[in-house]
Amino acid sequence: MTAQTKNSLISQTPKPFVHPYFGGMVLGIVLFLALFLTGNGLGSSGATSRFVAAVEDQIAPAHVDRTPYLLKLAGGDKNPLDDWIVPVYFGALLGGFTSGMLGRRVKLETTKGPNISNRTRWLMAFLGGVIFLYGARMARGCTSGQALSGGTTLAAGSWAIMFAIFGGAYALAYFVRKLWN
Amino acid sequence: MQFPLPQFVAVSASNPWTYVVFGLIGFAFGFTLEMSGFGDSRKLAAQFYFTEMTVLKVMFTAIVTAMVLLFGAVGLGILNFNQVWVNPTYLSSGILGGLIMGVGFIVGGFCPTTSLASASTGKIDGMLFMLGGFVGAFLFGETEQYFDGWYTNSGYFGRITLDQVFHLPIGVVVLLIVLMALFMFWGAEQLERIFGKKDLSTEPKLRIAGAGALFVIAVAVVLIGSPNLTDKYNRLTFTRTETIPQLNADPIVNTLTYTADEMIANRLVFVSPAEAFKSKYNQAMNPVYLDVRSEADYNLYHIEDAVNVPLERIDEVIPVLLTEPPANTVFVVTSNDETAAVQAWKILSASSVANVYILEGGVNNWITFFGETDKTLQANPNAGDDQLGFIFPAALGDRYESCSPSPIEYEKLEFEAKIILQLKRDKSGGGCG
Repeated sequence: MTAQTKNSLISQTPKPFVHPYFGGMVLGIVLFLALFLTGNGLGSSGATSRFVAAVEDQIAPAHVDRTPYLLKLAGGDKNPLDDWIVPVYFGALLGGFTSGMLGRRVKLETTKGPNISNRTRWLMAFLGGVIFLYGARMARGCTSGQALSGGTTLAAGSWAIMFAIFGGAYALAYFVRKLWN
Repeated sequence: MQFPLPQFVAVSASNPWTYVVFGLIGFAFGFTLEMSGFGDSRKLAAQFYFTEMTVLKVMFTAIVTAMVLLFGAVGLGILNFNQVWVNPTYLSSGILGGLIMGVGFIVGGFCPTTSLASASTGKIDGMLFMLGGFVGAFLFGETEQYFDGWYTNSGYFGRITLDQVFHLPIGVVVLLIVLMALFMFWGAEQLERIFGKKDLSTEPKLRIAGAGALFVIAVAVVLIGSPNLTDKYNRLTFTRTETIPQLNADPIVNTLTYTADEMIANRLVFVSPAEAFKSKYNQAMNPVYLDVRSEADYNLYHIEDAVNVPLERIDEVIPVLLTEPPANTVFVVTSNDETAAVQAWKILSASSVANVYILEGGVNNWITFFGETDKTLQANPNAGDDQLGFIFPAALGDRYESCSPSPIEYEKLEFEAKIILQLKRDKSGGGCG
C-alpha cells in the first residue's frame, strides 16, 4: 500500500465518513458553543434570503421598500448582509470544502440514484432547492435554524416544524422512489 | 462571567472579531456536516427509504448533546437562557413551511446547509440546489405580501418552550427527549437491519457507553434544576455611560458597570413623574405603566393607560412581557410610594425583562407633581409607607384630572433623563431569519 500511495488513483480514494453518532456529537458540541457564546444557534437559509434581498436592493430599491418581507431585510438604508448568518454561511462553505479536502472527497461529480440521468438529477436538485427555500422562508428557518437549533432550545414551534419536514418527505418518498432507488 | 457574551450576540463592524467568531462557527458547522457524509444526496435521501438512517442519527445526537450541555449550563447559572435565541412559535406558517421543506428535501436530496457542504466539495447537484435556493428565496420575498397577515399572525405563540406547553420542569423535558432519542436510535438501527440489510454486530460497542453517558448527564440536568430568581438577580449587571465634557477636546466617555442593588442605591432606575409622562410623547419609546398596587387602590386612582398587575400576580405576566411587546417598550413600575415597585422591579429584572424603571415616589409623588390644582384631593396625614397619601372623594380610577395631564399645559418639563433604551433583538432577526 505504501508503495502505491503516489499512484493518483489510490490517493484519490475517499476516506470513509465518520460514524453518525460521532458526527452528531461533534455537531452538538458546535451547536452548544454557538448558543453558549453568542446566544444564536446555527443556520444558513436566512443568508440566502439576505443575498437575494441585497441584489434586489441594488437593482430596484423602491420595489424593496414596497414589499413587506424585503422591507424588513433591506428597507431604507438597512444592509441585509449585516447579520451573523452571513459569516456563518461563508464559514460553512469553507468548512465543508476543508473537510472534503482532508477526506479526499472533493471531486466534480453528481450524486444521484442509480436509475436516473445526470440531467434529471440536476433538474430535480434545482427544483428541490426552489421548493425547500420557499418552505424554509415560510417557516422562518430551515433544518438547521429550526429543527436543529430550535429543537435544542425546546422551542415548541421548531418541534412542530421538525415533524412537518420529516412528515412531508416521508409522505412523498414513495412517489418519487425512482429518483433514488 | 455571564454567557452568552453580549459583544458576540450580533455582528458589528465596530468589533471585527464578531465576524471571525461567526465565521468559525460556520466553518465548524460545514466541516461536521461534510465529514458526516451530508455532502452526498444519496445518504440524505436514504433516510426516507429506511435503508440508512444517518440523517436521523446525526441530527438527534446533535440535538440531545447540545441540549444537555445547554440546560446543564443554564442550571449551573453560567448561561442566561433568556438571552438565548428561542425561535418564536408561528404554528401555521411553521407547519406549512415544514411540509413544503419536506417536499423539497425528498425531491432535491438536500437541505440548505447540506447543499453548501455538497457544493463546496464539487457536487454539481449540490450547486444546483444552492442555485435553486436563491430562486426559492426570491419567490418567497415576492409572494409573501399576498399572505402577510396570515404569515405574521396565524398560530403565533411567541417565545414558548416545550416545558411551558407540557407544564413540566425543563430538566424533565430534557430527560424525556433524551430517552425518546435513544429509543429512536434503537429503532433506526432495527430499520437499517431490516431494510438496509446492515450487519449491526460490526457497529462500535462504544455507542452503548455513549448512550449511558448521555442518560447520566440528562439525569444530572434534572437534579441541577433551574436557577432561582435570587441567583439570577445577584448576577444582573447594568452598564451606564457618563460623559465628562472637556475644554478644547472631545468629551471623555466612561462606561460604568453596576449591579442591580447599586442601580437602586444610585437611583438610576427611578424616573421622575415628568420623565414618565414625557416618554409617552417620545417617538423612540413605547412606555407601559405597570401598576403593581392592589385592585382597590387602582380603582381609587391610577395614571391613564396604567395596567393593573398586583405584585402577588406579577409572575403570571412575565412570559407576556418577555415576548409580546415591541422592542422599544419601557416598563414604568408604579406603587403608592416605592416599596412594592422596587420589589416588582427586582422580580422583572431578574426575569430578564428589559427596560424596567420605577416611578419615583410612586402615585403619591405623581399626584403631588401633577395634581396641585385638584381641590378634590385632600392629603391624608395618616398614610403609612407605600399607602395612598390622599383621600379620594370617589373611586374614579383614571378620571381625575391629574391622571392624564395635559400635554399642552406640561409641554416644557425639565427632568434628568434616566431611561436608556436597551433594544432587544428584532423578532425576525434570529435563528435562520
